[in-house]
Amino acid sequence: MRRFFALLAAIAMVAAACSSSDDATLTVYSGRSEELVQPLIDRFEEETGISVTVRYAGSADLAATILEEGSSSPADVFLAQDPASLGSVALANLLRPLPEETIATVPDRFSDPDGLWVGISGRARVVVYDSGVVSESELPETEDGFTQSDWRGRVGIAPTNGSFLAFVAAKILLDGSDATLAWLEGMAANESPTFPKNSAIVTAVNDGQVDTGLVNHYYLLRALAEDPDVPGRNSFFDVATAGSLVMPSGAGVLASSERTDAAERFIEFLLADASQRYFSEETFEYPLVPGIPADDRLPAIESIPTPDLDLSLLATTLDEATDLVARAGLL
Amino acid sequence: MNQRDPVIEIEVPAGTPMAPPATGTQKRSPGPWYLWVAAACIVGVVAVPLVALGIRALEASDAAWETLLSWRTVRLLVRTLLFTALVTASSVVIGVGGAWLLARTDIALRRVWGVAFALPLVIPSYVIALVLISATGPRGLLADATGIAVPHLIGLPGAWLALTLSTYPYVFLVTAAAMARLDPALEEAARGLGASPTRVFRTLVMPQLRPAIGAGALLAALYTLSDFGAVSLMRYDVFTRVIYAQYAGRLDRSPAIVLSIVLIVAALVVIWAEQRTRGSGAFFSRKPARPPAPYRLSAWQRATGIGFLGIVVSIGVLLPIGVLAAWLVRGIGLGVDVGIPWQAIAGSVTGASLAAIVAVAAAIPIVVLAVRFTSRASSLLERVVYVIFSLPHITVAIAVLAFTVRYARPVYQSLLVLVLVYAAMFLAQATGPAKASLLQIDPALDDASRGLGKGHAATLARITIPLMSKGLLAGGLLVFVTTLKELPATLLLRPSGFTTLSIRIWSSADELLYTQASAAALILIAVSVIPVYYLSIKPKDVVGS
Repeated sequence: MRRFFALLAAIAMVAAACSSSDDATLTVYSGRSEELVQPLIDRFEEETGISVTVRYAGSADLAATILEEGSSSPADVFLAQDPASLGSVALANLLRPLPEETIATVPDRFSDPDGLWVGISGRARVVVYDSGVVSESELPETEDGFTQSDWRGRVGIAPTNGSFLAFVAAKILLDGSDATLAWLEGMAANESPTFPKNSAIVTAVNDGQVDTGLVNHYYLLRALAEDPDVPGRNSFFDVATAGSLVMPSGAGVLASSERTDAAERFIEFLLADASQRYFSEETFEYPLVPGIPADDRLPAIESIPTPDLDLSLLATTLDEATDLVARAGLL
Repeated sequence: MNQRDPVIEIEVPAGTPMAPPATGTQKRSPGPWYLWVAAACIVGVVAVPLVALGIRALEASDAAWETLLSWRTVRLLVRTLLFTALVTASSVVIGVGGAWLLARTDIALRRVWGVAFALPLVIPSYVIALVLISATGPRGLLADATGIAVPHLIGLPGAWLALTLSTYPYVFLVTAAAMARLDPALEEAARGLGASPTRVFRTLVMPQLRPAIGAGALLAALYTLSDFGAVSLMRYDVFTRVIYAQYAGRLDRSPAIVLSIVLIVAALVVIWAEQRTRGSGAFFSRKPARPPAPYRLSAWQRATGIGFLGIVVSIGVLLPIGVLAAWLVRGIGLGVDVGIPWQAIAGSVTGASLAAIVAVAAAIPIVVLAVRFTSRASSLLERVVYVIFSLPHITVAIAVLAFTVRYARPVYQSLLVLVLVYAAMFLAQATGPAKASLLQIDPALDDASRGLGKGHAATLARITIPLMSKGLLAGGLLVFVTTLKELPATLLLRPSGFTTLSIRIWSSADELLYTQASAAALILIAVSVIPVYYLSIKPKDVVGS
């Protein structure tokens, strides 16, 4: 019995030791995955001597977590995959404005107009298609063409995925709720196969399960890095719609942070040339700082037609996006 | 005595139907106060998720109730229950078939087959799904390797196969142990009186096995009901996918919480259905006179049996390990940097070991109260443990997160909470074997100890717990193996900076980094092999010896 209590005491001590976080460390909530971000964080720790604790989860999930934690959030920095998640935290007055120099590092359209968050890397929405089955010229000009009957069952979508929902939120702002619902219903009526996430669509296209899919541009480049023989190819829309939007991943500093200097330094680090090159070369995203080249298989970011849209507004239509997706029967 | 354990059945039928053994001499006594205090603390911790969920549901927004009350929800629920029934049926066929071959026949290499047949237990269902998707199809790895076009496994067939492979080992382990304990004298007597083998099986063997099969089937059904990873990868729409979509897709979490409650009701329906089908068929015999003589297989029966085992092990074990190894080799060949994920290994082993220790410690007072001091209250105690076990992990995680962020900030996002949640969710896996081993201990030993002047506490510490040690170890190992695979609660509740192998597998695969994913998955399987080896060669400890 004594040994048993000793064991319990030991467990309690281990648990306490693991759960108490050091005040000197910077806490980052990252909606971007560990595989892609951790190497950069290691580099930051090495260069600055600041230790960083990261919480990895989905971007919307972390945004909801911060909203629940409110003004006593343990997070110092919120690094998110999409402007909608950042915007929702900004709307709740939980982010502090970034220094103007930081905001000025990237083109205006990739940051919050009030300077509450800054874009870090760009992710273009594209059509991935099986080049063995479909030729690029057959693809429609905009996403609206995919509701035509000749695409029945041939367009993979990921209706529960954050990037897709951000795209739907943008479509609501650009085309209105009715048109967006009609498009979603059209996709549902066309029996478009649904996938849990972008990567599954790209895999399915490469495996011949589905002809095309609406995804972010970089998944295919990663698939090519693992297996250079896959038949999938990316096609960028030629017309400016929600479907051709370049969504930035971005970062902001929490208003409740007591380590704002370190937090701002972390965001500057993500915008430094070396980090921007990392996003270009390792994750195949678009670097947002002008002058850093993107992967040479990609069209220049300026050449992608972009609708006129304040990305900070996406947060206002995000919940409606999920509602419409559900109403269309895609959830 | 509670005879309705959904987890590991202790009233393993064996031999002569007779009166239940005396379970203690202090039936009238409510039990020592400190056991009740311990039990109350445990129930307090275990009930937190349920209470938190209730509070959140009451606060839910109108949008949440709108989601709940749609026809789509009803259709999904029906589809989910039918799917669960389908997977459970096939799990029972494979699990019972394997158990009979390996526990009651003279098939060769029984121990090797036994370990291999139980091994899918340690492969997370989302890994099996991922592997099946990549291996099949006209351009899949199988087609590449053999040149034969294999049809794509997606949708219902894919989800069905992935979950059947993930769940049949539960049926197998529980049933094999029960079969090994069947008293051969009964069957011989029946045959001697002229009953046909079919009749013996139908009227004698089957009724004795039913509780064990029911317990295994219940495990399989609850697993299927709460699985998210495999069904979503297979693109088969069931309830968990909708909950996850509502959770991940919006800032308002109440629709996910309201839908979770529907899933809990579905789990309770499954538990109820299992109890209804079991009936009162509990038979007891603490020690069969001798081990049953193995059934001699004819040549063609032997070939069929080996073919059956071979097919299941090929698809459930060799294929996943082969595909993972192929990905790893291909990635290394292409120059992908694969480091050993030490942090994830440390996180997995720490979390799973602590969960196992806490679960075993918590199992002791619950089991002692339930067996030695049976009362309505102590049975209720056990029931609560099983209800928690049946809850989908995503539901528990959302509830605990919401609870700790508001009412328990000092332990919010702490390892302590994560370990307690693991222990609470898997406590039933520890109480099952613990109860089985306690039932085998003659209460007269306790009486003797107390007669010699030792109190309840000293008797418990010096006599009862040491005698239960095998059951406690088996329970601890089951909790360890299950915790290693756990994903949704780990994702939501872990301390910032804490990572595990299952998280590595999931997030790497999410980013299409199959090389890293397969390295982590192979390590996860390797870490689990020793506990599974022990459990499959000593199934008696799992279900009573």
